[in-house]
Amino acid sequence: MTPQVLKQVIFPNSAVFEEPRGQSSCLLKVDALSAWFGATQALHEISMDLERNQVTAVIGPSGCGKSTFIRCLNRMHEEVPGARVSGTVLLEGANIYDPAVDPVIIRRKIGMVFQKPNPFPTMSIYDNVASGLKLNGLRNRRQLDEIVEKSLKMAALWEEVKDQLEESGMSLSGGQQQRLCIARALAVTPDVLLMDEPCSALDPISTAKIEELIYQLKKNYTIVIVTHNMQQAARVSDRTAFLYLGKLIEMGETQKIFTSPREKQTEDYITGRFG
Amino acid sequence: MSPSAPEGSLAWRRTPFRIPLLRIELRIPNWGEGIFKSLTFLFALSIPILIFVVGLEMALSSRLSLAQFGWRFLVTSTWDPVFGKFGALPFIYGTLVSSFLALLFALPLSLGTAIYLSEMAPHGIRGPLANLVELLAAIPSVIYGLWGILVLAPLMRQYVQPFLKATLGFLPFFQGPAYGVGMLTAGVILSVMIVPFIASVSREVLLAVPQSQREAALALGATRWEMIRTAVLPYGKGGIVGGIMLGLGRALGETMAVTMVIGNRPDIALSLFAPGYTMASVIANEFTEATGNLYLSALVEIGLVLFLLTIVVNALARLLVWRVTSGPKGGIRE
Amino acid sequence: MNSNLTYLKRKTTNWVMSRLSLLFALLTLLPLALIFFYLLSKGVSALNLDFLTHLPKPVGEPGGGMANAIVGTLILVGLACLLGLPIGILAGVYLAEFGHNRFGLLVRFTADVMNGIPSIVIGIFAYTIVVLPMRRFSALAGGVALGIMMIPVVTRTTEELLKLVPVSLREAALALGIPRWKTIVSVVLRTARMGIVTGALVAVGRIAGETAPLLFTAFGNRFWQSGLVQPIAALPLQIFAYAISPFDDWHSQAWAGALVLISLVFLIGLFTRLLLKSKYSLRGGQ
Repeated sequence: MTPQVLKQVIFPNSAVFEEPRGQSSCLLKVDALSAWFGATQALHEISMDLERNQVTAVIGPSGCGKSTFIRCLNRMHEEVPGARVSGTVLLEGANIYDPAVDPVIIRRKIGMVFQKPNPFPTMSIYDNVASGLKLNGLRNRRQLDEIVEKSLKMAALWEEVKDQLEESGMSLSGGQQQRLCIARALAVTPDVLLMDEPCSALDPISTAKIEELIYQLKKNYTIVIVTHNMQQAARVSDRTAFLYLGKLIEMGETQKIFTSPREKQTEDYITGRFG
Repeated sequence: MSPSAPEGSLAWRRTPFRIPLLRIELRIPNWGEGIFKSLTFLFALSIPILIFVVGLEMALSSRLSLAQFGWRFLVTSTWDPVFGKFGALPFIYGTLVSSFLALLFALPLSLGTAIYLSEMAPHGIRGPLANLVELLAAIPSVIYGLWGILVLAPLMRQYVQPFLKATLGFLPFFQGPAYGVGMLTAGVILSVMIVPFIASVSREVLLAVPQSQREAALALGATRWEMIRTAVLPYGKGGIVGGIMLGLGRALGETMAVTMVIGNRPDIALSLFAPGYTMASVIANEFTEATGNLYLSALVEIGLVLFLLTIVVNALARLLVWRVTSGPKGGIRE
Repeated sequence: MNSNLTYLKRKTTNWVMSRLSLLFALLTLLPLALIFFYLLSKGVSALNLDFLTHLPKPVGEPGGGMANAIVGTLILVGLACLLGLPIGILAGVYLAEFGHNRFGLLVRFTADVMNGIPSIVIGIFAYTIVVLPMRRFSALAGGVALGIMMIPVVTRTTEELLKLVPVSLREAALALGIPRWKTIVSVVLRTARMGIVTGALVAVGRIAGETAPLLFTAFGNRFWQSGLVQPIAALPLQIFAYAISPFDDWHSQAWAGALVLISLVFLIGLFTRLLLKSKYSLRGGQ
């Protein structure tokens, strides 16, 4: 019994994702993913590959299932009562929907930023960023300081808040709050960052700042961004997926999708004929 | 519609359609509107006035006792109707101790129940369970008292109190004869009565926490309990404290159940097994038998103290609950 | 290895907390089961036709019933409604229609605070303003005490339910030229009629079981009611008197009385719940 096997037996869930795997270019592989809200089917057999260190945009008209889709990627969808998922999502080769896998672990590896900024109102800026770390048992003050600073710098917020780290998270503007949430998500060093319409509640200047941020982040992270703003998708992403009525209609390089889409539906949506 | 009516006047709406050509605006005075508004206003006003009148009336009726004993009334512990010496200390002590004891037992139970009902329970049973808890809150006090005196007290006397004496008897709280009725039993029955109340209020507070907060915690990889601990509980903290204070207010004023199990002896004793007396109980027991105006006045004064105490606790509590659930809630539950 | 240990600790804490909260929920509901068990086992045996139709027997004689107490409770509730309902409903109307100001806030706040006043204090108040001047205990005094207790509950419930009537309905009526007060009376109140009845029932459920305020207002009576200005028996009062007595026979009757009382309260509650449910499905059809 090797130490590895022993560890696998005693800690079956956690061990799966501790070992560094081969650096394949495809980090997240979705295969025939379907999702239901009770009896209503929201996603129909979606399959796609999400490349490492790239930004993938998911676009489509309202109600097409974009949010449902990325919520399936970090197992948040199942928090809804009556929700159901079928298919597989492979993170570095391991299926996150394997019954033996604990969603808690997945969510640390696949982080999420929401549409409306939701910092914890009872915590300071520092504590907000550190919240994920503290949950995972990190108590060393020096290490926390380091990671909080690093995360805030990565979220392009450090300069603005470095003198007010003890202030409440709610004292910031909307755009700053969203960057705080990004810093919070980055602090636990996820492999993938999911963003569910992160700019739709923000003003244009904050939006521009965050788009710039995404461009910088993709050097170190793999990002999936849901957006209803096609210009944003065109600006920010490397690859784009077009969803309609829960089905993946077309996916490819962003340039190609927006200039010469293959499917007529894609073209109709992009040119604003519907949605 | 009469086009000559000045802009913005109510008469515009009241003018009947059938006088289209009349240039002179007939301002029909609308008696109904004014009377109706005044009438409802008056009745609404009666509520704050009522509270004031109740307090005033109590103060007036206790003026004999107020004049005779002054402030010492609150700190004297003799209660001697025969010689006309009255002091409220044993009752204040009894009320406070039984209520705090009840809170001690009720806190973990009600919070745990509220968390279970709002976060942990399978979705299907959340509603029915919450209904059961409300059922508990609807049981009249006298029935709790009946059960207390005929079931709980013997149980305490035969099993619980001897057990406590054997194990914790070195503490002054668990010494003395075990009657079954007494401070401990009163605390237990009070806690049984306020747990459903605090649990209901806390549950509503927790349900008011926005889903986005829970999702923020879950998305960071928190377990269910960690999510509750970091996102839900801190958010609802104010409201929960308010709910606890409301429960305290309830316990302070609770009469029947306590009267039936506390032993009704105006003594101050350290032991929880000893009988005691609360402000509400002494009024309930002795009011109709009070001989002489001073006696009655002293009892009313005790009522006044109770009144003021519960008003303060309730007002503070309501403020806290209002703040978290953003605004006054509906009156169906309370 | 350290991270695995932390993970295990977190999972264990989660498991413990979820089991603990379940345990506490069950412990909270345990008294409900116990009380019902005792109510049924001890109360049913004494609950018979005699109990429901006879007067109490003198001390020491077995048998007898609580018929006068049951009727007494009904009379007292009726009196209370006469006082509490008009004041509560009209105050609630004010709050819903005109009360979007500081005064309205004051009224709401004081109504909530009034809810928390101990019922025995209300009893003292009723004693000083009804019993003392009349120099006797009476059903009237008991009705006043209970009525005062009803006011805040009815007010808040009426307000909340009136608020549910959609603004579009009022605007439609106003646009037709109907004066505002008539709008409220004929349109809004009629629509919210069911809700107001529900609110009244909720308040009745609350006061039907009250004992403390009746101790020195209605006072209790071992005989049939002989007018509203005489002391009157009430179910909770009788239960109390029998429970603290030393007689086993009376204890059984107390259980039976409690069974009747709780059935009354729960029936009202059930009815209320059903009304609330149907009210919300009725709204869709408006």
